[in-house]
Formats: sequence, structure tokens, C-alpha cells
Amino acid sequence: MIAAIVLGCSIVFFLQFFVPYCRSLIAASSNHVLSPEVRDVTGLTTPASGEDFQRVVQLLHLCPDRPEDRGEIRAIGVYFGMVNFLKTVSRSTAPSVRAWTERELGRCTYFAAVALDRRVAFSRDLLAQQIEA
Amino acid sequence: MPGSASYAILFLGTFLEALVVVCAIKRKILRKYFVLNLYMVLCPLVSWGRHYTLARDGVGSLNYRYFYFYTDALLTIVLYFSLISLYLSVFEEMKVGRYLRLGALALLAGTSWFTYAVVSQSSHKILTYFAFELSQNLYFVGLILTYVLWAAVLKMRQTPAQLIQLVLSLGIYFSFFAASYALTNLHPNLYSRVSVLIPVVGCLLPLSWAYAFWRVPNEARLSPARLAMAAVTR
Repeated sequence: MIAAIVLGCSIVFFLQFFVPYCRSLIAASSNHVLSPEVRDVTGLTTPASGEDFQRVVQLLHLCPDRPEDRGEIRAIGVYFGMVNFLKTVSRSTAPSVRAWTERELGRCTYFAAVALDRRVAFSRDLLAQQIEA
Repeated sequence: MPGSASYAILFLGTFLEALVVVCAIKRKILRKYFVLNLYMVLCPLVSWGRHYTLARDGVGSLNYRYFYFYTDALLTIVLYFSLISLYLSVFEEMKVGRYLRLGALALLAGTSWFTYAVVSQSSHKILTYFAFELSQNLYFVGLILTYVLWAAVLKMRQTPAQLIQLVLSLGIYFSFFAASYALTNLHPNLYSRVSVLIPVVGCLLPLSWAYAFWRVPNEARLSPARLAMAAVTR
């Protein structure tokens, strides 16, 4: 009985921490201005749309991997899935929640584009260093 | 004998834990988050010690079991003090550090006493079960304390973004471990599946802390109320 209560509380607490954590990651990247190249490649509109998320993530996987942002990209991918599910569920029942989910999915896309921008910059630096050497 | 996957996770974990300390040194915040960094230094030492004992004595040996559970309890206690150090950072301006430290020690002593009381009634193998139960109880206490800390942070207008990410990632870590302990208590046959996830999730904590130290500027601040789940429905 106690184990079941602990399990239930832990799952609720997990969500209470996970959602703000993802939102803090997104908020931290929202001030980043995308380079014109990444804007061109991704074709992002202003504000970004959730429909572009998968495409931006595919582009992200084409760039050399960086261990320090791998976990964050995965976390935002899970968060995107959760919000997308909420969007589907709230389609007919709660229009205000649906509007919020669309905004949030767009912010997830912007986060992925910022990660792409950073990876492109990192690869470019790496290439420059190799040419110099 | 540990397999290649086990060694891969060990190397990855060690790399990420070292990365946290390196990032803290580069950002000049080693002293500010000293206990967190101490935990990150202890983790790889304990992991390598466990692998050494496992390779020498085997998984079924008493030596390995004692080493595993006691080092786990030790790491949990250090992680508990890391959480208390985050409390000290959040409430720095209120000058309540002395009371927080006393309260933390009293809570740790109370949890140890409770664990001992439970274990001494239900088991003859007090020494092994005490360490295991203490870790389990401390994870749940840590989870509750992290939630209380997050609730306090939510009341603040502006909080350092780094601190927010450290608190939330610690909350995710504690809640996963509390859930996994509870799940294996409910269904012991799931232990083999849950135990596969434990080292993977163990790598996520240093990864998120390294990200917070490396990517988030020291002076960046966020409004915590905008991040909360309650803000979702507003």
C-alpha cells in the first residue's frame, strides 16, 4: 500500500519537475537569434510552427553529435510528444488549451532550431581548426 | 563479470561527471556549488570501485553487496546535502543558513532512526538492509524536499536560471529513483528491467548539470511562475 502511494506520488512529482524543466530549457534558448543560414535551411516562420519540429530534428541528426546537448534534445522530444498528445485530446473539448499547445509546440521547434544553429557553428569551428592545423 | 555495455555506461558516466566539474571550474562556480561538485567527484570513484570489486569477487559475493549498498547510501547522503546546499543558495538572502543546516541534520538523523526501527523489526540481516532501506527512504525524503524547494522557488519573482535547472533536474532524478524503488517493491519481478534503466538515468543528472553550468550564463534569470505546470492552463 505504502509502495503504491510512493509510486503514485513519484509519478506526479516527476511530471511536476519534468514539464517546468523542459520549459526552462526552451525559455533559455528563446533569446537566441537564429543565423540567416539556419533560417533558410529550416524555412522557419515567425512564430515557429510545431509542424516543422520533426523536419528540424532530422536536420539536427545530420550534424555531428555533441554529448552536452543530446539529453536536452531528447527531453524536448519527449515534451513535444506529451504536448502533441494534449493537443489531440483537447481538439474538441478545450480550445484555449489547444491554442496554448500550438504555441508550445512552436517553441519546441524554435529550441530544436537553436540546437541546430549551435551544432552548425560548432562544426564550422571544428573545420576551421582542422584547416589551420 | 561486467559486460561491454556496462563499461560503456561507466565511461560515459565518468566523462559526464568530470564534465560537470570542468564546466564548474571554467565558469568559476566551483565554490558556489561545492557539494554538487563533490558528489560528481565521488560518483566515478564509487563506480570504478564497484567495477573493481565486481570483477574481483563476482556479483553474488558478500563483498560486492556490502560495497554496493554502503557506497549507494553514502552517495545518497552526499546528494541529500547537495540538495540542502541548493536550499542554502535559494534562501541565502534570508540568513537562515544555520537553521537549515540544523534542520537537515535532524531530518537525516530522523530518517536513519526510522529506517533502523523498521529494519530491526523485520529482518535479521540488519547491516545490509539498513543501507538499502536508508537509500530508499532518503530518495523519497529528497524528492519531498526538492518539491518543497521548487514550491518556494515558484513564489520568487526572479531566480537564477542555472539554479532552476539544477533543482528541476534533481527533482526528476529523485522522482525516478523513488518511483523505481516503489515499483520494484510492488513487483519484485520487474527489478531486472528497472535495473537496466538505472545507470542510463544516472547519466542524465550529470548531463543536465553540465548543460546548466555550460550553456546557461551565471547571470541569466528566469521567472519561475511562468515555467510551472499551473501556467499551462492559465
